[in-house]
Amino acid sequence: MSSVEFRKDLFADERDDTLKEIGKPTIRQDILGHVTGRTPFYDDHAFEGLLHMRCVRSPHHHANIRRVDASAAERMEGVVRVVMPSDVPVNLNTLLHLIGFGKDDEPLLADKKATYIGEPVCAVIATSERIAREACDALKVDWEVLPHVLDVEEALKPDAPSVNPAYPNNTFDYGRFDHQKLRFGDVQEGFVQSDVIVEHMYQMSPIEQAPMETCGAIAAPETNDRIVCYTATQAMFFSLGNTAKVMNMPSSRLHFVGGTVGGGFGGKVDSIVDMMAVLGAKLTGRAVKFQWDRAEEMQVGAPRGAERWYIKDGLSKDGRILARQFTGFFDGGAYTRLSSYAVQKCVGHLPGPYTIPNVAANVYLVYTNRTPATAMRGFGVTGVDFALECHMDKDAEAVGMDPIEFRILNAYRDGDMKAHRREAKNTALVECCQVAAQKAGWSLSPAMMGESSKLGSTPERAAIPETAIDQEGLIGARRQGEIPTAPAVRSTGTRPAGQRTDARVAVAPQVADMQIDPDRVGHQTKVAPTAPMSAPSTTPAPMAAVASAPSIPATPSPQPAFAPATSSPPPVTPAATESARETPFQRGVNRPGLSPFLSGRRRR
Amino acid sequence: MAWHKGRGFACINYPIGMNLGGDPSQALVHSTPDGKFMVSLSSIDLGQGMKSVTRQIAAEALGVPVADVYVDTADSDTGPHCMGSFASRGTHRVGNAVIRAAAEARKQMMDVAAEELEVNANDLDTDGQGSIHVKGAPSRKISVAETAIAAQFKHGKTLSGRGIFLIPPSDVDDETGEMTPVTTYTHAALIVELSVDDETGEVEVHEINSAYEVGRALNPKLVEQQLVGGAWMGVSHALYETTEPYYPDRRHGPVDFNTYLMPGAAEVVPHNIAVLERPAEDAPFGGKGPGEMCANPVLPAIANGIYQAVGVRIDTLPITPEKVLRGLQAQGGAQPKRR
Repeated sequence: MSSVEFRKDLFADERDDTLKEIGKPTIRQDILGHVTGRTPFYDDHAFEGLLHMRCVRSPHHHANIRRVDASAAERMEGVVRVVMPSDVPVNLNTLLHLIGFGKDDEPLLADKKATYIGEPVCAVIATSERIAREACDALKVDWEVLPHVLDVEEALKPDAPSVNPAYPNNTFDYGRFDHQKLRFGDVQEGFVQSDVIVEHMYQMSPIEQAPMETCGAIAAPETNDRIVCYTATQAMFFSLGNTAKVMNMPSSRLHFVGGTVGGGFGGKVDSIVDMMAVLGAKLTGRAVKFQWDRAEEMQVGAPRGAERWYIKDGLSKDGRILARQFTGFFDGGAYTRLSSYAVQKCVGHLPGPYTIPNVAANVYLVYTNRTPATAMRGFGVTGVDFALECHMDKDAEAVGMDPIEFRILNAYRDGDMKAHRREAKNTALVECCQVAAQKAGWSLSPAMMGESSKLGSTPERAAIPETAIDQEGLIGARRQGEIPTAPAVRSTGTRPAGQRTDARVAVAPQVADMQIDPDRVGHQTKVAPTAPMSAPSTTPAPMAAVASAPSIPATPSPQPAFAPATSSPPPVTPAATESARETPFQRGVNRPGLSPFLSGRRRR
Repeated sequence: MAWHKGRGFACINYPIGMNLGGDPSQALVHSTPDGKFMVSLSSIDLGQGMKSVTRQIAAEALGVPVADVYVDTADSDTGPHCMGSFASRGTHRVGNAVIRAAAEARKQMMDVAAEELEVNANDLDTDGQGSIHVKGAPSRKISVAETAIAAQFKHGKTLSGRGIFLIPPSDVDDETGEMTPVTTYTHAALIVELSVDDETGEVEVHEINSAYEVGRALNPKLVEQQLVGGAWMGVSHALYETTEPYYPDRRHGPVDFNTYLMPGAAEVVPHNIAVLERPAEDAPFGGKGPGEMCANPVLPAIANGIYQAVGVRIDTLPITPEKVLRGLQAQGGAQPKRR
């Protein structure tokens, strides 16, 4: 049997547990509809004379389209329209253009060449799904097969076939480089200081999000020259914005309805089905459904892409990780979709929840002739966590330590500096390790059970070290000759110690009335620091009032060792943990520095 | 030939919200004339409980019973902009937008109640049961319903609020990778107990013991649902699933649930969970969003457990019996590791 316990004793001094609705196991408003099968999903919207749209897909990894012969399909009874790439108003898009990230690189229907097995080249709209399928079979495409590449490291070779015309070198662009760099300290120097080096490669194959409801949408002309789209999207306005662009249509002419979805897990952000259904409705003036069957969901619908990782750690004999180096490859398949984002998310995540003084990473988004990859639960992190934590196990064995104690020893603590140059705060890795060990009957030493996420940071751990940088891997350089993919062995310069910019914080409420009372936020860590609302002179600055709320002593926060040169406005650092402890909530107070496991106040 | 027992450990953290920010969400709250509140969103409920958690957040922030709050999502004509339900951003971003919208509506509600009770609005509080009373004098009160009726028909005022939450987009330095990825992280640690059959390479997971830190369990049942389901997905990812079994070779790709493997009901693993709650300063009531992270520690913990059981390191996912067996053959049989 499974069980769940809520460890209210831990971090109780930071939490108000007297809230009225928060923390209650309130039953869902929509659960009756779900369990009685009456909740409407997109496919439950019936339209008279609904048409069905299906795609003709490439049977080749990589091939030029010489000619498409639609004559037999067009003559079939029940076929309303064959849709060609030229019918797509703007037949080149990238999903993240909405946040200005990346180049348009993917056609809705491939017109010149197909770059993966299953890429759609044209579509059929028919009065039944069966006729649409038969008409797709009757469409003839004359292919000229091209050389293809399926392996991420093969794709970086100088003579590798070029997959995506927008990124002819098979890598996404990150600034001036063909990969995203992470540099903190000097890993080469760290390796020199190390007693033990542990180095391994990890690989994850693609997996499918596998929602019960496959991706799909129904679009129909509405009155007033608009098109309504019932959709299974995970991201309403993201889909609407992308569809408006591809349709070359003002977004006000689109009306998207959804919100209740039969599982997503990341696979319903790509918006392809919405674009197809709206295109069909626009071309025919009738209601059109575009829906993937299970085979399409699994092989054409974008999966969580494959990843390959090389990790090299340098350790001291006493179990401290002194240097960690990553070389990572995200297999994006033929088009960018959202993988460009995953690379940066992954780099922000490195080197995992550990404080390591020297870190370097080169992470690549590589284009290959396979189904484009996209988001899935844990996007950009799940694969790297597999690699990282398998590697941590090997590290622990190499230095002869208990694997959990090894994690606690190296775990990040409040106030430590992370490799992306932001301070760690609100950490809880140590406590998770202790509680999990205790639940499983895995005994740890009293010293390790006494560790705390709130303690253990030092000025050295909080500092940004002088950092070795390099200019290796400029965009296109790999076509001229092989360049190592790992972080450069020789640096070409340094960033001085302590150098960083200000952290981003949430924008403050635009009017004071939108600010919740500080005594109603439910936690002791103060209301979050936020960016200034507008010119300070014209606003009553509600955040200042919050910061000096009577229940929270206005103790100045300790300045971090690196002391950012100038910062206007000064970043409001979270309340110092000491001052927070002076005014605990009434329940389950923890004394600082004493493990809750030794204090005897453990629940159950 | 025998089954060998092993246990493996892994721990992780997970970023909450879209990496690098720049992902706003909005919420609108308004009262009906009889004092019920509508929350209008365009956020998506994937089954994770988006509608439910935003409803509780709105009720808490307004100070009214949850039964008096309804959440409407998602129609692009009526719901204000939301970036979407992904990147563990729903609870954090939308929850904060709902708090702001509810705070503004509450302010108007308290102002009208103050006029009706002829007191200063700062002296009023809600009881969470549908009434507004003078602090320290619970009998001097007015119901939320009466307040809404008075606002609408007597004072000509709305009880409504707007909310938006945005962390402005962060740059990334191309030389150092400096960035503000997110502001908040969840944490987890987990121990998997398993057995490995050295004859077939089959792995059977017996039990999971875990600790997940989620900021605050806004709805403990929804948290439990996410953690139990997520760990199942982790087992599935570790041992069964792939669309390309011989990656990077594209052949033998599954096209249905007969060939795309997943654990069935018989393979659901008993899972003992401890939930830790360290509130995040910029999260709604401290809650971080447990949905995505919960599968992540399961994968490496299983790989590490297999090593302890038979001494074979499998560094490629999924960990199929074929890979385990090849590993066993390469080292001449099982070599259990003892801690």
